[in-house]
Amino acid sequence: MTSVVEVGRAGQGRSAWPRQCERTRATALLTVAAAFLGSLLSLQAGAIPAIETWTTGNGARVLLVSTPDLPMVDVRVAFDAGAARDEATPGLARFTSGLLFDGAAGLDAQAIASGFEGLGAQYGAQAERDMAVVSLRSLSDRPLLDPAVDLLARILAGPEFPQDAVARGQRTLEVALAQEREQPAQIASRAFYQAAYRAHPYAGWPDGEPEALPLLTRDAAQAFHRRYYVARNAVVALVGDLDRAAAQALVERLLAGLPSGEPAPALTSVLPLAQAVNERIRHPAAQTHILLGAPVLARDDPDYFPLVVGNHVLGGAGLVSRVSNVIREQRGLAYSAYSYFMPMRQAGPFLMGLQTRGDQAGEATALLRQTLDEFIAEGPTAAELQAAQRNLSGGFPLRLDSNKEIVEYLAMLGFYGLPLDWLDRYVERVNAVTVAQVRDAFERRIDPERLVLIRVGGDAGPTGQ
Amino acid sequence: MKRILSALLLAGAPLYAATPATTAAVSAASGTQEQTLGNGMKVIVREDHRAPVVVTQVWYKVGSSYEPGGLTGASHVLEHMMFKGTERLAPNEFSRIIAENGGEENAFTGSDYTAYFQTLAADRLEVSLRLEADRMRNLRLDAGEFAKEVEVVKEERRLRTDDQPQALLYEQFNATAFLAHPYRNPIIGWEDDLATLTVADLKDWYRRWYQPGNATLVVVGDVEPARVFSLARRYFGGLPGGTVTPPKRQMEPLQRGERRLELKAPAEVPYLIMGYHAPAATADAADWEPYALEVLAGVLDGGESARLASQVRRGQEIAASAGAGYRSFQRAPGLFLLEGTPAQGHTVEELEQALRAQIRMLTQQPVAADELERVKAQVVAAEVYQRDSVFYQAMRIGLLETIGLGWRVGEDYAARIRAITPEQVQQVALRYLGEDKLTVGVLRPQPGALPKRTNKVPGGRHDIGG
Repeated sequence: MTSVVEVGRAGQGRSAWPRQCERTRATALLTVAAAFLGSLLSLQAGAIPAIETWTTGNGARVLLVSTPDLPMVDVRVAFDAGAARDEATPGLARFTSGLLFDGAAGLDAQAIASGFEGLGAQYGAQAERDMAVVSLRSLSDRPLLDPAVDLLARILAGPEFPQDAVARGQRTLEVALAQEREQPAQIASRAFYQAAYRAHPYAGWPDGEPEALPLLTRDAAQAFHRRYYVARNAVVALVGDLDRAAAQALVERLLAGLPSGEPAPALTSVLPLAQAVNERIRHPAAQTHILLGAPVLARDDPDYFPLVVGNHVLGGAGLVSRVSNVIREQRGLAYSAYSYFMPMRQAGPFLMGLQTRGDQAGEATALLRQTLDEFIAEGPTAAELQAAQRNLSGGFPLRLDSNKEIVEYLAMLGFYGLPLDWLDRYVERVNAVTVAQVRDAFERRIDPERLVLIRVGGDAGPTGQ
Repeated sequence: MKRILSALLLAGAPLYAATPATTAAVSAASGTQEQTLGNGMKVIVREDHRAPVVVTQVWYKVGSSYEPGGLTGASHVLEHMMFKGTERLAPNEFSRIIAENGGEENAFTGSDYTAYFQTLAADRLEVSLRLEADRMRNLRLDAGEFAKEVEVVKEERRLRTDDQPQALLYEQFNATAFLAHPYRNPIIGWEDDLATLTVADLKDWYRRWYQPGNATLVVVGDVEPARVFSLARRYFGGLPGGTVTPPKRQMEPLQRGERRLELKAPAEVPYLIMGYHAPAATADAADWEPYALEVLAGVLDGGESARLASQVRRGQEIAASAGAGYRSFQRAPGLFLLEGTPAQGHTVEELEQALRAQIRMLTQQPVAADELERVKAQVVAAEVYQRDSVFYQAMRIGLLETIGLGWRVGEDYAARIRAITPEQVQQVALRYLGEDKLTVGVLRPQPGALPKRTNKVPGGRHDIGG
C-alpha cells in the first residue's frame, strides 16, 4: 500500500505524495550517501555485533550477524554488476536487475510476486554504479522462510528475461528517462558524472540513454547476467534470527544454482581532472541546482578518515556544518546545502550542492567556492574537529540499531573487501584524526582550480510577486 | 514507483471497538507504559533493548489542518523556528548540542501534527528532554531570524512543490477535492501566505498550541520506564499548563458530482490523480470500514502481485506506474487515492478509464480469497518488520495519540485486518468509491522549455554572476 506520509530522513520518491514537510534536507541521494558514508560508528562495549564469515562451495563470500530478538531475517546478495559494467550498453546493469523478478524457472512475474507476497516476504533488486543488490526480508518461521529462499534461489539461478517483459521494461524506461528531463536535480547529477568521469565507466548514467534503448535487448540482459551474476562475483550478507549452521544451510540453498564463474575484472582507476569544467544548462525551474565537485575518494583510500571526518565539519553534519551555516543559517539562500564524499570501488565523487532561486545562483556559487577555499587553506578549528569527532563516535550505536542497517553494513564491508575489524576500529581512527591531517588531505586531494561546476535552471528572479 | 508496505503501520482503527480483538500476531504492548503529568502532558515509554539507543519524540496537536485562511504554512514555519533560539539557547545551538552528543535530530509537520525527534545513545536521553522542555515554552521567535528562515522555507517550497509538476498537481487537486475542510491546506503553505506571514503570527500560534496539555512525549529504546517518567516530571512537570481550545469543526459538504481540474506545467510526462472521499478511523464510519478500505488499497496496490501491477501495468500495459493509497489514521475523513503515469503509447484518459474499471470491478464482485490472503500475510509480516525500527515504533505511538485514537489501537491492527471479509471489501467499494464522490486531476505537460541535450562548456573559475 502506498505510503502517503513521509517521515524524517526519508527521501521523496519520484511519485511520493508530499504530505509532510521536514526541516532539514532529505534527498534519496543523500540518504544513500549517508548510508555509505555510514561510517559513523563508535566503540562501546557490546555495541558492535560479532561478524561471522565463510565462503560457499561455489565461491561466494558470506557475512553473518545473528540477531535473535525479532523473528525475521534479512538477506542481501551484492554482485559486482553495477552500472560500471555497462560498457557500450548504457543502462544495461540496471535494466538486467529490474528484469530478474519478471520470469524465472518457468514462473512468470505474477507467480513470482504472489509467491513472495503470499509469504509476507519483501524482496527487490537494484543496481547502482558499483553494486547490484538482490534483497529479501522474511519472517524466520521455517514454513515461510524456506519457500521464500527457494523462490529467490530459482530467480538468481535462472531468470528468463521474457521478451514481453523486456519490451515493457524498455517502454517504462523511456517514460522514466523523459521524467528525468523534468528534474533539475537529475539533469545536474547526470551532467556532473559525465563531466567528472569522462571516459571512465563511472561517467555513465545508470538509467541509460534514450538513444541507447534499442540496445537493451533480451540477449544483452542474458549475457550480462551470465557473466556477472555468478558466485565468485557475489557477497552475501545475512542478519537475523539464524545461527551459523542455519545460515550456512540457507546460503547453500540460495546459491545452489549459481555457477562459480569469475569475479568481475578490476575497474581502471579514475584520472584526475586536467582542468575545470563549468557547465550551465537552461531549465524553466524556479530554482537553479548547483553541483561542485570532483572524483576523489575510493573505499580503501589511505586518506579516508581525514577526508570524511574533515567533511563532517565542512558540509556533512547537516545543519551544524559550515556549508549549511553559510548558505542557509546566515543567509536563507537554500533549504538544502551540503557536501559529501561518496566512497566507491574507484575514486567516488566529492560533491558540494545546493538549490536556490535562480537570481541568487551567482551569489550562492561564490559562497560555496569561498567556503571550500577557506576550508582547504585553514582546515577546521580544533573545536570544530572535536565536535565532529564527538558526533561521529557518540553516534555509533545509532548506525547499527536495526537489522536493516546492519545488513547494509555487512554487504558494504564484504563487497569492498574491508577488514572485519573495520567497525571495531572506526572510532579510534575517527578520534585519531588531527587538524593538520585534515588540512593536508584536503589540500592534496581537492584542487579548487580543477573542479566540475554544474548549474541547471534559469536565472529568473521571483515570479508572481 | 516505490511501493511502501510500511504505510500499513500508519493505518488506523476506531477508538471504540465493538469487539476487541483477542489475538495480535505480535503484541508489543507489554513493553509500553504511559503516564499523564499534572499539567496534562502525556508521556509514553516503550522498552526496546536490542541496541543501546533511544528515540525521543515530542508530538504537538497542531498542523496545517489547524490553520485558518491566510495562515497556511504557519505550523511548518514555526517548526523551523523551533531550532532558532530560546531564552537560553542561541540560534542553531539546539542542533549543535545534539550533534556533539552523537545524536541525530529533525522534525516534521503534517496536516494533523507537528513532531520533533532526537535519536541518541541511550545514556544521553536527559539531553533531549532538557532541550525539548526548554523550547516548549521559552522560544525566542526573533524577527531577524524569522526573516531569514522564512526565505529558507520559500526555497523548500520551490524545491518540493513549485519545481515538481506532480507535487504541484497534487496541491491543487487536494484543494479541489476539499472545499471547506482545512485538509485543503498545503502543509508548506500557499506561496502568498508565506509572503505575508509575520513573526507576530507565529508568536500567537506558538502560545496557542505549544503547551504541555497539547503535547505527547514518546520515548522508545533501551530505557527504564521509571527513570524516563522521573526525568519527564523533572523537565516537563513544572511547565505551566493552560487551556487548549481545539480548532473549530469544519465539515466538508457532501460532494454531489465529479470534479475535474487540469494543470499545465513544464513537464514531459502526464500524470493522473484520482481521489474519493473516504472515512477516517476516527470519523463516523462503521468500525470495520477503515480496515476494509486498507485491505482494498492492498488488493489494488499491495505489491507486485496486486491488481494495479498485474493488470494495469503488466496485463494491459496502460500504466508505466500506478498506485493506490488510503490512510485511516487521521483526525477527519480524507481521500482514497489513485495515481499513475500512462505507459508509452497510451494517454492519460486511457489510464483514467483503466483505473475506473478497476474500481468498478471491486464494486461488482468480492475479491478472491487468495488475493485477500496475500494482503493479510503482508500486514502480519509488516507488524514484525516495523519493530526493527525504534523510530517507526515511536512514530506509530505518537501519531495514534495525536489524532485522538490512543496508542493501544495499534496493538490490534493486524487482528482487525485479518478479520476483514471479501464481502466487506465490496461493501466499502460500493459505499465510498462512487463517481459522484470523485475528484480527478490531470497534469498536461508543456515540454517546450525543457532542455533536450546538455552542452559541455569547459571553462575556468570565472563564473560569477547567475
